[in-house]
Amino acid sequence: MAKFILRRLAVAVPIVLLISIIVFALMRAAPYDAVDAMTTPRMSEETIAAIKAKYGYDQPVYVQYFGWLEDVLQFNFGNSIVTKQPIAQQLSVLIPHTMMLVLPSYLTAYILAIVLGLIAGSHRGGKLDHIIDGIASVLIAVPTFWLAMLLIFVFGYTLRALPFIGMQTVGDGSPLDILRHFTLPYITLTIAFLPDNLRYVRSSTITQTTQDYVQVQEAFGAKKVEIMFKHICRNVLGPVLTRLGMAVPLLVTGAIITESIFSWPGVGPYFINAIKGLDYPIVMAILLLSSTLTILGNLLADVLCAIADPRIRQGVR
Amino acid sequence: MENEKHWTRRSAAWLAFKRDKSAIITVTLLFIIIIACLIAPLIPIDPDEPDLLNRLAPPDFSSEHIFGTDEMGRDYFMRVLYGGRVSLLVGVLAMLTSLAIGIIVGTVSGLAGGIVDAILMRAVDILSSIPWMVLVMVVSIFFKPGLTSIILVIGLFSWMEIARLVRNETQTIKERDFVQYARLCGVSPALVIARHIIPAALPTIITASTTSLASAIMTESALSFLGVGVQQPMSSWGSLLNSAQGTMATSIYMAIIPGLLIVIVIFAFNKVGNILRVFANPQVMSGERS
Repeated sequence: MAKFILRRLAVAVPIVLLISIIVFALMRAAPYDAVDAMTTPRMSEETIAAIKAKYGYDQPVYVQYFGWLEDVLQFNFGNSIVTKQPIAQQLSVLIPHTMMLVLPSYLTAYILAIVLGLIAGSHRGGKLDHIIDGIASVLIAVPTFWLAMLLIFVFGYTLRALPFIGMQTVGDGSPLDILRHFTLPYITLTIAFLPDNLRYVRSSTITQTTQDYVQVQEAFGAKKVEIMFKHICRNVLGPVLTRLGMAVPLLVTGAIITESIFSWPGVGPYFINAIKGLDYPIVMAILLLSSTLTILGNLLADVLCAIADPRIRQGVR
Repeated sequence: MENEKHWTRRSAAWLAFKRDKSAIITVTLLFIIIIACLIAPLIPIDPDEPDLLNRLAPPDFSSEHIFGTDEMGRDYFMRVLYGGRVSLLVGVLAMLTSLAIGIIVGTVSGLAGGIVDAILMRAVDILSSIPWMVLVMVVSIFFKPGLTSIILVIGLFSWMEIARLVRNETQTIKERDFVQYARLCGVSPALVIARHIIPAALPTIITASTTSLASAIMTESALSFLGVGVQQPMSSWGSLLNSAQGTMATSIYMAIIPGLLIVIVIFAFNKVGNILRVFANPQVMSGERS
């Protein structure tokens, strides 16, 4: 097992490094950078040179890269060009807000997907399957932001039942108040995460029901329910479990659209404002963070997969 | 023999289509929407002409504004049609861009194998490991705002899945006798790709293209909705929805109409993709594959 993890790490680490080089290059290629932010056209050449020297911008590019990498490894992403605030400190406040929204929604969607997917897959072609699969294919076509708008219209404007701006009422902030603000974005995200997972569970259930071992069990006179819970479930849940690994990056960038619509104070609005304001250091920090999480997530998925299925561990496909 | 196989494939796909009522309805709607968007310039109503006496008029099929008017009194029916032209145009061109890159990378990678394959596939891995929303938005800040940029941004960064599919397909096809024979005769690799591999991989490519089209339209609408896509004075369904946010409390129709059109179009393209999958892989139909 340890050997397997090491082998996968040997692939993952270079990819992360390569992405960090791309991110660094993009930051340097940007038409407006940290030096421009600190200098004004009226400064003399010497002053600008002094500022450059102070922050290490007079060094060769590769020295700057390693300096930057060292900072990044200590979670120091520099300051925002626009607000001059340290990025890492702001992210440490924003990421928990995003996680607070994404984690419950993803788990709800995940559990719903497993239950509905198993039901649909085991009744392939039946009425239940048609309904569940039909709902999934409609939901896949619904843009998240439109769904959010409809929910805001119904529950916010028409019924006036729930708030839809921010995370808490100014001056309140009791758990109940936060829960009320949480409801609509939570429903939106749950519906957004559901269809993909549902289809995955459904199609792997269908694949499993056509396997030989199911026929063998049937031939030996096993009951349908017994085959379902004893064999199919176990074989479906293995790969489904590994999807949890792939969901890791969602914890940071999984709710960009939803957060923006509901003005939820997470990574989403912060990122979009940075994009609109050309605040490169923030954009690059989020780019680097989310891609690293994706790779770590994939690694986790592989490891989970190997735990669930010994054949993969030994390199047998 | 080959002909007969084609006939059964086509009829299998046709049967899958006829059986599926929701497919018939949405694909018909899709055709109506596409044709309406195409002939929009022939309709003698100016989408930018304000009718100041009739601002935010609700949809009324007996009045001159059948979908109502927006906050400046512009005819919403025409605005939706012109928005659809932009959404569909961006979708189609972005899909063609990503299809072209995906096919080139996929076939070259699959045919060449070895180090070329390893490098190209690592590049695919790296690009796919950046969350697409983040990637597309980051790249969009390096382009000047405009229609071409949006098409390129979406097209240049959504070809990875197609490349993977085409590469896998190429690896199977290149073992077949006619390809082996062509290569043995010294036909250039470019010609082998164009004459033999692409035609053989066509069913897979066409299926992938409908999915890619649907997701390009979805991406564009999300970007425009967030205000980093199509810019004023041009509008797409996504940017119409963005402006509809401001008047949602009183004029919900402005939010419902473009959104519904996006749902119908994407649903229909996905349906077409599923049916074409039957065409590409007849086993899907007989239940051997799902």
